[in-house]
Amino acid sequence: MGALSEPYLQHALLAGTAVAVASGLVGYLLVLRAAVFTADALSHVAFTGGIAALALGVDVRLGLLAVTVAGALGLGLLGRRGRPDDVVTGGVFAWVLGLGVLALSAYSTSSSAAGGGAGVLSGSLLSLTPGTAWRSVAVCAVVAVGVVAVARPLIFASLDEAVAASRGVPVRALGLALLVLLAVTTVEATQAVGALLVLGLLAAPGGAALRLTTRPLRGMAVSAGVAVGSMWAGLAVATALPRTPPSFAILAVAAGTYLVAALATSRRPRALR
Amino acid sequence: MSDAVLSLDVVADLREMWSLPFMVTAFRAGTLVAVLAGVVGWFMVTRRQAFAGHTLSVIGFPGAAAAVWLGLPVTLGYLGAALLAAGVLAVVPQRGRGEESAAIGTVQALALASGFLFLALHGRLLTGSTSLLFGNVLGIGQGQVAGLLVLTLVVLALLAGAGRVLMFASLDPAVAAAHGVPVRLLGTAFLLVLAVTAASTAQVTGALLVFALMVLPAATAQLLTARPARALLLSVGIGLLVMWTSLTVAFYSPWPLGFWLTTIAFALYVAAASGARLRRRAWAR
Repeated sequence: MGALSEPYLQHALLAGTAVAVASGLVGYLLVLRAAVFTADALSHVAFTGGIAALALGVDVRLGLLAVTVAGALGLGLLGRRGRPDDVVTGGVFAWVLGLGVLALSAYSTSSSAAGGGAGVLSGSLLSLTPGTAWRSVAVCAVVAVGVVAVARPLIFASLDEAVAASRGVPVRALGLALLVLLAVTTVEATQAVGALLVLGLLAAPGGAALRLTTRPLRGMAVSAGVAVGSMWAGLAVATALPRTPPSFAILAVAAGTYLVAALATSRRPRALR
Repeated sequence: MSDAVLSLDVVADLREMWSLPFMVTAFRAGTLVAVLAGVVGWFMVTRRQAFAGHTLSVIGFPGAAAAVWLGLPVTLGYLGAALLAAGVLAVVPQRGRGEESAAIGTVQALALASGFLFLALHGRLLTGSTSLLFGNVLGIGQGQVAGLLVLTLVVLALLAGAGRVLMFASLDPAVAAAHGVPVRLLGTAFLLVLAVTAASTAQVTGALLVFALMVLPAATAQLLTARPARALLLSVGIGLLVMWTSLTVAFYSPWPLGFWLTTIAFALYVAAASGARLRRRAWAR
Protein backbone atom coordinates (compact mmCIF):
# COMPACT_ATOMS: atom_id res chain seq x y z
CA MET A 1 0.00 0.00 0.00
CA GLY A 2 3.10 2.20 -0.07
CA ALA A 3 2.13 3.30 -3.58
CA LEU A 4 -0.87 5.15 -2.13
CA SER A 5 1.41 7.81 -0.73
CA GLU A 6 2.36 8.83 -4.28
CA PRO A 7 0.51 12.07 -5.05
CA TYR A 8 -0.18 11.15 -8.69
CA LEU A 9 -1.96 8.00 -7.58
CA GLN A 10 -4.00 9.91 -5.02
CA HIS A 11 -5.12 12.32 -7.72
CA ALA A 12 -5.94 9.42 -10.05
CA LEU A 13 -8.02 7.74 -7.35
CA LEU A 14 -9.82 10.98 -6.52
CA ALA A 15 -10.74 11.97 -10.08
CA GLY A 16 -11.23 8.35 -11.17
CA THR A 17 -13.71 7.66 -8.39
CA ALA A 18 -15.64 10.84 -9.13
CA VAL A 19 -15.86 10.08 -12.86
CA ALA A 20 -16.79 6.46 -12.11
CA VAL A 21 -19.69 7.47 -9.83
CA ALA A 22 -21.06 9.95 -12.38
CA SER A 23 -20.69 7.54 -15.34
CA GLY A 24 -22.13 4.63 -13.37
CA LEU A 25 -25.27 6.62 -12.54
CA VAL A 26 -25.71 8.18 -15.99
CA GLY A 27 -24.75 4.90 -17.69
CA TYR A 28 -27.46 2.86 -15.99
CA LEU A 29 -30.12 5.24 -17.27
CA LEU A 30 -28.56 5.23 -20.75
CA VAL A 31 -28.59 1.44 -20.87
CA LEU A 32 -32.20 1.41 -19.63
CA ARG A 33 -33.07 3.71 -22.56
CA ALA A 34 -30.87 1.75 -25.02
CA ALA A 35 -28.97 4.97 -25.70
CA VAL A 36 -25.27 4.17 -25.20
CA PHE A 37 -24.77 5.11 -28.87
CA THR A 38 -25.58 8.72 -27.89
CA ALA A 39 -22.57 8.65 -25.56
CA ASP A 40 -20.36 7.39 -28.39
CA ALA A 41 -21.61 10.21 -30.62
CA LEU A 42 -21.26 12.89 -27.92
CA SER A 43 -17.67 11.94 -27.13
CA HIS A 44 -16.89 12.61 -30.81
CA VAL A 45 -18.84 15.87 -30.65
CA ALA A 46 -16.62 16.83 -27.72
CA PHE A 47 -13.50 16.00 -29.72
CA THR A 48 -14.68 18.02 -32.72
CA GLY A 49 -15.66 20.95 -30.48
CA GLY A 50 -12.28 20.92 -28.77
CA ILE A 51 -10.32 20.85 -32.03
CA ALA A 52 -12.56 23.56 -33.49
CA ALA A 53 -11.94 25.73 -30.42
CA LEU A 54 -8.19 25.17 -30.85
CA ALA A 55 -8.35 26.03 -34.55
CA LEU A 56 -10.35 29.20 -33.87
CA GLY A 57 -8.21 30.17 -30.89
CA VAL A 58 -11.16 30.18 -28.48
CA ASP A 59 -10.85 28.93 -24.89
CA VAL A 60 -10.74 25.16 -25.27
CA ARG A 61 -12.55 24.18 -22.05
CA LEU A 62 -15.39 26.59 -22.77
CA GLY A 63 -15.62 25.52 -26.43
CA LEU A 64 -15.66 21.87 -25.44
CA LEU A 65 -18.49 22.36 -22.97
CA ALA A 66 -20.57 24.66 -25.20
CA VAL A 67 -20.32 22.46 -28.30
CA THR A 68 -21.01 19.21 -26.45
CA VAL A 69 -24.05 20.55 -24.54
CA ALA A 70 -25.36 22.07 -27.79
CA GLY A 71 -24.81 18.72 -29.52
CA ALA A 72 -26.71 16.90 -26.77
CA LEU A 73 -29.64 19.32 -26.97
CA GLY A 74 -29.63 19.13 -30.77
CA LEU A 75 -29.80 15.33 -30.70
CA GLY A 76 -32.57 15.46 -28.12
CA LEU A 77 -34.64 17.94 -30.11
CA LEU A 78 -34.26 15.89 -33.32
CA GLY A 79 -35.51 12.76 -31.58
CA ARG A 80 -39.08 12.09 -30.63
CA ARG A 81 -39.84 13.08 -27.00
CA GLY A 82 -36.22 13.98 -26.30
CA ARG A 83 -35.07 10.50 -27.30
CA PRO A 84 -32.87 10.44 -30.42
CA ASP A 85 -33.11 7.10 -32.20
CA ASP A 86 -30.33 5.06 -33.73
CA VAL A 87 -30.63 6.58 -37.21
CA VAL A 88 -30.80 10.24 -36.10
CA THR A 89 -27.81 9.72 -33.81
CA GLY A 90 -25.88 7.92 -36.53
CA GLY A 91 -26.62 10.61 -39.12
CA VAL A 92 -25.58 13.51 -36.92
CA PHE A 93 -22.59 11.51 -35.72
CA ALA A 94 -21.32 10.96 -39.27
CA TRP A 95 -21.57 14.67 -40.04
CA VAL A 96 -19.81 15.62 -36.79
CA LEU A 97 -16.94 13.30 -37.76
CA GLY A 98 -16.68 15.14 -41.07
CA LEU A 99 -16.61 18.49 -39.28
CA GLY A 100 -13.91 17.03 -37.02
CA VAL A 101 -11.77 16.24 -40.08
CA LEU A 102 -12.20 19.83 -41.30
CA ALA A 103 -11.33 21.25 -37.86
CA LEU A 104 -8.34 18.93 -37.64
CA SER A 105 -7.00 19.99 -41.02
CA ALA A 106 -7.55 23.67 -40.13
CA TYR A 107 -5.86 23.13 -36.76
CA SER A 108 -2.86 21.28 -38.15
CA THR A 109 -2.23 24.06 -40.66
CA SER A 110 -2.50 26.74 -37.97
CA SER A 111 -1.11 24.72 -35.06
CA SER A 112 1.98 26.88 -34.65
CA ALA A 113 -0.30 29.83 -33.91
CA ALA A 114 -2.66 27.91 -31.64
CA GLY A 115 0.19 26.42 -29.66
CA GLY A 116 -0.47 23.91 -26.86
CA GLY A 117 -3.85 23.15 -25.37
CA ALA A 118 -4.42 19.94 -27.33
CA GLY A 119 -3.62 18.07 -24.12
CA VAL A 120 -7.07 19.07 -22.88
CA LEU A 121 -8.50 16.55 -25.34
CA SER A 122 -6.53 13.55 -24.16
CA GLY A 123 -6.80 13.38 -20.40
CA SER A 124 -4.68 10.77 -18.73
CA LEU A 125 -5.52 9.35 -15.34
CA LEU A 126 -1.94 9.04 -14.10
CA SER A 127 -0.82 12.59 -14.93
CA LEU A 128 -3.49 14.77 -13.33
CA THR A 129 -2.80 18.03 -11.57
CA PRO A 130 -4.47 18.50 -8.14
CA GLY A 131 -6.58 21.29 -9.67
CA THR A 132 -7.98 19.02 -12.40
CA ALA A 133 -8.64 16.22 -9.92
CA TRP A 134 -10.64 18.44 -7.56
CA ARG A 135 -12.50 20.04 -10.46
CA SER A 136 -13.54 16.55 -11.58
CA VAL A 137 -14.83 15.84 -8.10
CA ALA A 138 -16.89 19.05 -8.11
CA VAL A 139 -18.32 18.56 -11.63
CA CYS A 140 -19.11 14.89 -11.06
CA ALA A 141 -20.78 15.67 -7.73
CA VAL A 142 -23.08 18.11 -9.52
CA VAL A 143 -23.85 15.47 -12.18
CA ALA A 144 -24.55 12.83 -9.51
CA VAL A 145 -26.94 15.13 -7.65
CA GLY A 146 -28.65 15.98 -10.95
CA VAL A 147 -29.09 12.31 -11.88
CA VAL A 148 -30.50 11.41 -8.48
CA ALA A 149 -32.90 14.36 -8.68
CA VAL A 150 -34.41 13.25 -12.02
CA ALA A 151 -33.98 9.50 -11.49
CA ARG A 152 -37.49 8.44 -10.41
CA PRO A 153 -39.55 10.15 -13.12
CA LEU A 154 -36.86 9.43 -15.73
CA ILE A 155 -36.94 5.69 -14.97
CA PHE A 156 -40.73 5.78 -15.28
CA ALA A 157 -40.44 7.65 -18.58
CA SER A 158 -37.80 5.23 -19.86
CA LEU A 159 -39.68 2.04 -19.00
CA ASP A 160 -43.12 3.13 -20.18
CA GLU A 161 -42.97 6.36 -22.11
CA ALA A 162 -46.62 6.49 -23.18
CA VAL A 163 -48.05 5.88 -19.73
CA ALA A 164 -45.61 8.33 -18.14
CA ALA A 165 -46.54 11.01 -20.67
CA SER A 166 -50.25 10.47 -20.08
CA ARG A 167 -49.68 10.80 -16.33
CA GLY A 168 -48.19 14.26 -16.93
CA VAL A 169 -44.51 13.32 -16.53
CA PRO A 170 -42.46 15.80 -18.62
CA VAL A 171 -40.94 13.03 -20.74
CA ARG A 172 -39.22 15.29 -23.25
CA ALA A 173 -37.68 17.63 -20.67
CA LEU A 174 -36.38 14.65 -18.67
CA GLY A 175 -34.83 13.12 -21.80
CA LEU A 176 -33.08 16.41 -22.57
CA ALA A 177 -31.92 16.71 -18.94
CA LEU A 178 -30.28 13.28 -19.12
CA LEU A 179 -28.56 14.22 -22.39
CA VAL A 180 -27.15 17.41 -20.82
CA LEU A 181 -25.93 15.45 -17.77
CA LEU A 182 -24.32 12.98 -20.20
CA ALA A 183 -22.67 15.85 -22.09
CA VAL A 184 -21.20 17.33 -18.90
CA THR A 185 -19.94 13.91 -17.79
CA THR A 186 -18.36 13.32 -21.22
CA VAL A 187 -16.63 16.70 -21.27
CA GLU A 188 -15.25 16.33 -17.76
CA ALA A 189 -14.17 12.73 -18.33
CA THR A 190 -12.51 13.60 -21.66
CA GLN A 191 -10.33 16.16 -19.91
CA ALA A 192 -9.60 14.07 -16.83
CA VAL A 193 -9.44 10.41 -17.82
CA GLY A 194 -9.75 10.38 -21.63
CA ALA A 195 -12.74 9.90 -23.92
CA LEU A 196 -12.10 6.19 -24.39
CA LEU A 197 -12.57 5.29 -20.76
CA VAL A 198 -15.87 7.08 -20.33
CA LEU A 199 -17.72 5.08 -23.03
CA GLY A 200 -16.79 1.82 -21.32
CA LEU A 201 -17.61 3.16 -17.87
CA LEU A 202 -21.05 4.21 -19.12
CA ALA A 203 -21.82 0.94 -20.90
CA ALA A 204 -20.38 -1.97 -18.93
CA PRO A 205 -21.49 -1.15 -15.34
CA GLY A 206 -24.97 -0.23 -16.56
CA GLY A 207 -25.23 -3.50 -18.49
CA ALA A 208 -24.04 -5.50 -15.47
CA ALA A 209 -26.49 -3.73 -13.14
CA LEU A 210 -29.39 -4.44 -15.49
CA ARG A 211 -28.54 -8.11 -15.12
CA LEU A 212 -27.96 -8.12 -11.36
CA THR A 213 -31.16 -6.47 -10.17
CA THR A 214 -34.62 -5.81 -11.52
CA ARG A 215 -35.19 -2.79 -9.28
CA PRO A 216 -34.15 0.39 -11.10
CA LEU A 217 -33.07 2.53 -8.14
CA ARG A 218 -31.02 -0.33 -6.76
CA GLY A 219 -29.70 -0.85 -10.28
CA MET A 220 -28.36 2.72 -10.33
CA ALA A 221 -26.50 2.07 -7.07
CA VAL A 222 -25.14 -1.27 -8.34
CA SER A 223 -24.00 0.41 -11.58
CA ALA A 224 -22.13 3.14 -9.69
CA GLY A 225 -20.64 0.47 -7.42
CA VAL A 226 -19.41 -1.64 -10.34
CA ALA A 227 -17.92 1.46 -11.99
CA VAL A 228 -16.04 2.51 -8.83
CA GLY A 229 -14.92 -1.07 -8.14
CA SER A 230 -13.58 -1.40 -11.73
CA MET A 231 -11.76 1.93 -11.35
CA TRP A 232 -10.02 0.87 -8.13
CA ALA A 233 -9.20 -2.67 -9.28
CA GLY A 234 -7.96 -1.37 -12.63
CA LEU A 235 -5.76 1.26 -11.01
CA ALA A 236 -4.33 -1.41 -8.69
CA VAL A 237 -3.50 -3.63 -11.68
CA ALA A 238 -1.99 -0.72 -13.62
CA THR A 239 0.19 0.16 -10.62
CA ALA A 240 1.33 -3.43 -10.17
CA LEU A 241 2.05 -3.94 -13.88
CA PRO A 242 3.41 -0.59 -15.06
CA ARG A 243 3.29 -1.39 -18.78
CA THR A 244 -0.48 -1.83 -18.67
CA PRO A 245 -2.32 1.37 -19.64
CA PRO A 246 -4.75 2.16 -16.79
CA SER A 247 -7.68 2.60 -19.21
CA PHE A 248 -7.21 -0.97 -20.44
CA ALA A 249 -7.00 -2.40 -16.92
CA ILE A 250 -10.10 -0.51 -15.75
CA LEU A 251 -12.14 -1.45 -18.81
CA ALA A 252 -11.03 -5.08 -18.64
CA VAL A 253 -12.35 -5.31 -15.07
CA ALA A 254 -15.62 -3.56 -15.99
CA ALA A 255 -16.16 -5.70 -19.11
CA GLY A 256 -15.27 -8.86 -17.17
CA THR A 257 -17.83 -7.98 -14.50
CA TYR A 258 -20.48 -7.46 -17.18
CA LEU A 259 -19.63 -10.72 -18.91
CA VAL A 260 -19.78 -12.70 -15.65
CA ALA A 261 -23.10 -11.07 -14.73
CA ALA A 262 -24.52 -11.82 -18.20
CA LEU A 263 -23.41 -15.44 -18.20
CA ALA A 264 -24.44 -16.09 -14.57
CA THR A 265 -27.96 -14.81 -15.15
CA SER A 266 -28.51 -16.02 -18.72
CA ARG A 267 -30.60 -19.00 -17.59
CA ARG A 268 -32.82 -16.95 -15.33
CA PRO A 269 -36.18 -15.80 -16.68
CA ARG A 270 -36.35 -12.49 -18.42
CA ALA A 271 -36.06 -9.65 -15.95
CA LEU A 272 -36.32 -6.00 -16.86
CA ARG A 273 -36.98 -5.13 -20.51
CA MET B 1 -6.95 18.54 -52.47
CA SER B 2 -5.07 20.01 -55.44
CA ASP B 3 -4.05 23.27 -57.00
CA ALA B 4 -6.45 22.77 -59.90
CA VAL B 5 -8.82 25.65 -60.61
CA LEU B 6 -12.41 25.11 -61.65
CA SER B 7 -13.28 26.58 -65.04
CA LEU B 8 -16.75 26.87 -66.53
CA ASP B 9 -16.10 24.09 -69.05
CA VAL B 10 -17.37 20.98 -67.25
CA VAL B 11 -15.93 18.49 -69.73
CA ALA B 12 -12.49 20.07 -69.55
CA ASP B 13 -12.67 20.09 -65.76
CA LEU B 14 -13.54 16.39 -65.59
CA ARG B 15 -10.81 15.61 -68.13
CA GLU B 16 -8.28 17.51 -66.05
CA MET B 17 -9.32 15.65 -62.87
CA TRP B 18 -9.26 12.22 -64.52
CA SER B 19 -5.91 12.86 -66.18
CA LEU B 20 -4.41 12.19 -62.77
CA PRO B 21 -4.09 8.43 -62.10
CA PHE B 22 -4.70 8.77 -58.34
CA MET B 23 -8.03 10.52 -58.98
CA VAL B 24 -9.12 7.70 -61.31
CA THR B 25 -8.23 5.17 -58.62
CA ALA B 26 -10.04 7.25 -56.01
CA PHE B 27 -13.17 7.31 -58.20
CA ARG B 28 -13.02 3.55 -58.74
CA ALA B 29 -12.54 2.78 -55.04
CA GLY B 30 -15.15 5.36 -54.06
CA THR B 31 -17.70 3.86 -56.44
CA LEU B 32 -17.20 0.37 -55.03
CA VAL B 33 -17.38 1.60 -51.44
CA ALA B 34 -20.55 3.59 -52.17
CA VAL B 35 -22.28 0.53 -53.68
CA LEU B 36 -21.18 -1.81 -50.91
CA ALA B 37 -21.96 0.62 -48.09
CA GLY B 38 -25.29 1.57 -49.65
CA VAL B 39 -26.48 -2.04 -49.70
CA VAL B 40 -25.08 -3.16 -46.35
CA GLY B 41 -26.09 0.19 -44.82
CA TRP B 42 -29.71 -0.28 -45.83
CA PHE B 43 -29.87 -3.48 -43.80
CA MET B 44 -27.92 -1.86 -40.96
CA VAL B 45 -30.29 1.11 -40.72
CA THR B 46 -33.38 -1.09 -41.03
CA ARG B 47 -32.09 -3.33 -38.26
CA ARG B 48 -31.22 -0.28 -36.11
CA GLN B 49 -27.59 -1.36 -35.86
CA ALA B 50 -25.77 1.90 -36.55
CA PHE B 51 -23.96 1.64 -33.21
CA ALA B 52 -22.69 -1.83 -34.12
CA GLY B 53 -21.71 -0.46 -37.55
CA HIS B 54 -19.66 2.35 -36.04
CA THR B 55 -18.03 -0.01 -33.54
CA LEU B 56 -17.08 -2.49 -36.27
CA SER B 57 -15.66 0.26 -38.48
CA VAL B 58 -13.26 1.56 -35.79
CA ILE B 59 -12.34 -1.90 -34.50
CA GLY B 60 -9.68 -2.24 -37.19
CA PHE B 61 -7.44 0.03 -35.12
CA PRO B 62 -6.86 -2.45 -32.23
CA GLY B 63 -6.71 -5.24 -34.82
CA ALA B 64 -3.97 -3.46 -36.74
CA ALA B 65 -2.14 -2.67 -33.49
CA ALA B 66 -2.30 -6.32 -32.45
CA ALA B 67 -1.06 -7.45 -35.87
CA VAL B 68 1.88 -5.02 -35.72
CA TRP B 69 2.73 -6.22 -32.21
CA LEU B 70 2.61 -9.89 -33.23
CA GLY B 71 4.35 -9.28 -36.56
CA LEU B 72 1.36 -10.44 -38.61
CA PRO B 73 -0.04 -8.86 -41.80
CA VAL B 74 -2.13 -5.77 -40.96
CA THR B 75 -5.07 -6.92 -43.12
CA LEU B 76 -5.33 -10.02 -40.97
CA GLY B 77 -5.54 -7.79 -37.90
CA TYR B 78 -8.32 -5.69 -39.41
CA LEU B 79 -10.44 -8.66 -40.41
CA GLY B 80 -9.67 -10.74 -37.34
CA ALA B 81 -10.63 -7.96 -34.91
CA ALA B 82 -13.87 -7.18 -36.74
CA LEU B 83 -14.92 -10.83 -36.97
CA LEU B 84 -14.00 -11.41 -33.32
CA ALA B 85 -16.05 -8.41 -32.21
CA ALA B 86 -19.02 -9.46 -34.35
CA GLY B 87 -18.76 -12.98 -32.90
CA VAL B 88 -18.70 -11.64 -29.34
CA LEU B 89 -21.74 -9.45 -30.03
CA ALA B 90 -23.61 -12.40 -31.50
CA VAL B 91 -22.72 -14.85 -28.73
CA VAL B 92 -23.00 -12.79 -25.53
CA PRO B 93 -26.57 -13.20 -24.30
CA GLN B 94 -28.55 -9.98 -24.67
CA ARG B 95 -32.13 -9.37 -23.71
CA GLY B 96 -33.60 -6.39 -25.44
CA ARG B 97 -32.15 -3.26 -26.98
CA GLY B 98 -30.85 -1.82 -23.70
CA GLU B 99 -28.49 -4.70 -23.17
CA GLU B 100 -27.51 -4.75 -26.83
CA SER B 101 -26.46 -1.12 -26.56
CA ALA B 102 -24.49 -1.84 -23.35
CA ALA B 103 -22.74 -4.81 -24.97
CA ILE B 104 -21.73 -2.86 -28.08
CA GLY B 105 -20.41 0.08 -26.03
CA THR B 106 -18.41 -2.29 -23.84
CA VAL B 107 -16.93 -4.12 -26.82
CA GLN B 108 -15.93 -0.86 -28.53
CA ALA B 109 -14.33 0.69 -25.43
CA LEU B 110 -12.48 -2.48 -24.46
CA ALA B 111 -11.30 -3.04 -28.03
CA LEU B 112 -9.91 0.49 -28.36
CA ALA B 113 -8.26 0.21 -24.94
CA SER B 114 -6.71 -3.10 -26.06
CA GLY B 115 -5.35 -1.23 -29.06
CA PHE B 116 -3.49 1.10 -26.73
CA LEU B 117 -2.31 -1.90 -24.71
CA PHE B 118 -0.84 -3.50 -27.86
CA LEU B 119 0.85 -0.22 -28.76
CA ALA B 120 2.28 0.02 -25.24
CA LEU B 121 3.52 -3.57 -25.42
CA HIS B 122 4.98 -3.00 -28.85
CA GLY B 123 6.66 0.12 -27.53
CA ARG B 124 6.22 2.46 -30.45
CA LEU B 125 3.60 4.43 -32.27
CA LEU B 126 1.48 2.95 -35.01
CA THR B 127 2.22 4.95 -38.11
CA GLY B 128 -0.75 6.14 -40.08
CA SER B 129 -3.30 5.94 -37.26
CA THR B 130 -4.96 9.13 -38.51
CA SER B 131 -5.35 7.67 -41.99
CA LEU B 132 -6.81 4.65 -40.25
CA LEU B 133 -9.58 6.82 -38.85
CA PHE B 134 -10.05 9.45 -41.51
CA GLY B 135 -8.71 7.66 -44.54
CA ASN B 136 -6.60 8.81 -47.41
CA VAL B 137 -8.31 8.17 -50.72
CA LEU B 138 -5.38 9.61 -52.63
CA GLY B 139 -3.06 6.82 -51.58
CA ILE B 140 -5.11 3.86 -52.73
CA GLY B 141 -3.26 1.20 -54.72
CA GLN B 142 -4.53 -0.85 -57.67
CA GLY B 143 -4.41 -4.03 -55.59
CA GLN B 144 -6.69 -2.48 -53.01
CA VAL B 145 -9.24 -1.58 -55.67
CA ALA B 146 -9.19 -5.19 -56.93
CA GLY B 147 -9.66 -6.40 -53.35
CA LEU B 148 -12.62 -4.05 -52.89
CA LEU B 149 -14.15 -5.31 -56.15
CA VAL B 150 -13.92 -8.92 -54.99
CA LEU B 151 -15.40 -8.02 -51.60
CA THR B 152 -18.26 -6.09 -53.22
CA LEU B 153 -19.09 -8.96 -55.56
CA VAL B 154 -19.01 -11.53 -52.73
CA VAL B 155 -21.25 -9.44 -50.45
CA LEU B 156 -23.67 -8.67 -53.29
CA ALA B 157 -23.83 -12.37 -54.20
CA LEU B 158 -24.50 -13.32 -50.57
CA LEU B 159 -27.23 -10.72 -50.29
CA ALA B 160 -28.73 -11.72 -53.63
CA GLY B 161 -29.10 -15.22 -52.20
CA ALA B 162 -30.28 -14.40 -48.69
CA GLY B 163 -31.46 -10.81 -49.15
CA ARG B 164 -35.21 -11.44 -49.27
CA VAL B 165 -35.21 -13.55 -46.11
CA LEU B 166 -32.88 -11.13 -44.35
CA MET B 167 -35.13 -8.26 -45.41
CA PHE B 168 -38.15 -10.06 -43.93
CA ALA B 169 -36.25 -10.83 -40.71
CA SER B 170 -35.03 -7.22 -40.49
CA LEU B 171 -38.39 -5.57 -41.11
CA ASP B 172 -40.49 -7.79 -38.83
CA PRO B 173 -38.43 -10.23 -36.75
CA ALA B 174 -41.40 -11.57 -34.75
CA VAL B 175 -43.50 -12.47 -37.79
CA ALA B 176 -40.46 -13.83 -39.61
CA ALA B 177 -39.63 -16.08 -36.66
CA ALA B 178 -43.23 -17.32 -36.57
CA HIS B 179 -42.84 -18.26 -40.25
CA GLY B 180 -39.86 -20.42 -39.40
CA VAL B 181 -37.17 -17.97 -40.58
CA PRO B 182 -33.94 -18.52 -38.59
CA VAL B 183 -33.89 -14.90 -37.34
CA ARG B 184 -31.04 -15.35 -34.87
CA LEU B 185 -28.80 -17.15 -37.35
CA LEU B 186 -29.47 -14.47 -39.98
CA GLY B 187 -28.68 -11.78 -37.41
CA THR B 188 -25.31 -13.38 -36.68
CA ALA B 189 -24.58 -13.81 -40.39
CA PHE B 190 -25.43 -10.17 -41.06
CA LEU B 191 -23.17 -8.99 -38.21
CA LEU B 192 -20.30 -10.95 -39.80
CA VAL B 193 -21.01 -9.39 -43.22
CA LEU B 194 -21.16 -5.94 -41.58
CA ALA B 195 -17.84 -6.67 -39.86
CA VAL B 196 -16.04 -7.74 -43.03
CA THR B 197 -17.47 -4.81 -45.01
CA ALA B 198 -16.66 -2.20 -42.37
CA ALA B 199 -13.18 -3.52 -41.62
CA SER B 200 -11.97 -4.02 -45.19
CA THR B 201 -13.35 -0.76 -46.54
CA ALA B 202 -12.10 1.16 -43.48
CA GLN B 203 -8.61 -0.07 -44.31
CA VAL B 204 -8.85 1.50 -47.76
CA THR B 205 -10.89 4.67 -47.23
CA GLY B 206 -10.89 5.18 -43.44
CA ALA B 207 -13.57 4.43 -40.88
CA LEU B 208 -15.25 7.82 -41.28
CA LEU B 209 -16.14 7.42 -44.96
CA VAL B 210 -17.48 3.90 -44.49
CA PHE B 211 -19.62 4.80 -41.51
CA ALA B 212 -21.03 7.94 -43.18
CA LEU B 213 -21.81 6.04 -46.39
CA MET B 214 -23.53 3.26 -44.49
CA VAL B 215 -25.75 5.50 -42.36
CA LEU B 216 -26.69 8.62 -44.31
CA PRO B 217 -27.74 7.38 -47.81
CA ALA B 218 -29.79 4.54 -46.30
CA ALA B 219 -31.45 6.84 -43.78
CA THR B 220 -32.26 9.35 -46.55
CA ALA B 221 -33.64 6.62 -48.83
CA GLN B 222 -35.94 5.33 -46.10
CA LEU B 223 -37.42 8.78 -45.67
CA LEU B 224 -38.11 9.03 -49.40
CA THR B 225 -39.87 5.72 -49.98
CA ALA B 226 -41.59 3.13 -47.80
CA ARG B 227 -40.95 0.28 -50.23
CA PRO B 228 -37.94 -1.78 -49.10
CA ALA B 229 -36.50 -2.84 -52.46
CA ARG B 230 -36.85 0.66 -53.90
CA ALA B 231 -35.22 2.15 -50.79
CA LEU B 232 -32.30 -0.26 -51.16
CA LEU B 233 -31.66 0.86 -54.76
CA LEU B 234 -32.16 4.50 -53.82
CA SER B 235 -29.65 4.10 -51.00
CA VAL B 236 -27.01 2.92 -53.49
CA GLY B 237 -27.92 5.74 -55.89
CA ILE B 238 -27.63 8.42 -53.21
CA GLY B 239 -24.34 6.92 -52.05
CA LEU B 240 -22.91 7.11 -55.59
CA LEU B 241 -24.18 10.66 -56.10
CA VAL B 242 -22.66 11.80 -52.80
CA MET B 243 -19.36 10.04 -53.47
CA TRP B 244 -18.88 11.39 -57.02
CA THR B 245 -19.97 14.92 -56.10
CA SER B 246 -17.77 15.14 -53.04
CA LEU B 247 -14.72 13.69 -54.82
CA THR B 248 -15.11 16.36 -57.51
CA VAL B 249 -15.76 19.21 -55.07
CA ALA B 250 -12.91 18.12 -52.82
CA PHE B 251 -10.55 18.00 -55.81
CA TYR B 252 -11.24 21.65 -56.59
CA SER B 253 -11.31 22.88 -52.97
CA PRO B 254 -8.79 23.11 -50.15
CA TRP B 255 -11.09 21.31 -47.70
CA PRO B 256 -10.83 17.54 -47.07
CA LEU B 257 -13.00 14.88 -48.73
CA GLY B 258 -14.33 13.59 -45.40
CA PHE B 259 -15.82 16.99 -44.68
CA TRP B 260 -17.48 17.34 -48.11
CA LEU B 261 -18.79 13.79 -48.20
CA THR B 262 -20.42 13.90 -44.77
CA THR B 263 -21.76 17.43 -45.32
CA ILE B 264 -23.36 16.68 -48.69
CA ALA B 265 -24.81 13.40 -47.40
CA PHE B 266 -26.09 15.09 -44.24
CA ALA B 267 -27.64 17.95 -46.24
CA LEU B 268 -29.57 15.43 -48.37
CA TYR B 269 -30.70 13.65 -45.20
CA VAL B 270 -31.89 16.89 -43.59
CA ALA B 271 -33.72 17.86 -46.80
CA ALA B 272 -35.45 14.46 -46.93
CA ALA B 273 -36.34 14.65 -43.21
CA SER B 274 -37.83 18.14 -43.61
CA GLY B 275 -39.80 16.99 -46.64
CA ALA B 276 -41.14 13.98 -44.73
CA ARG B 277 -42.14 16.20 -41.83
CA LEU B 278 -44.00 18.64 -44.13
CA ARG B 279 -45.81 15.76 -45.84
CA ARG B 280 -46.89 14.33 -42.47
CA ARG B 281 -48.21 17.72 -41.46
CA ALA B 282 -50.15 18.00 -44.74
CA TRP B 283 -51.64 14.55 -44.08
CA ALA B 284 -52.64 15.46 -40.55
CA ARG B 285 -54.62 18.45 -41.75
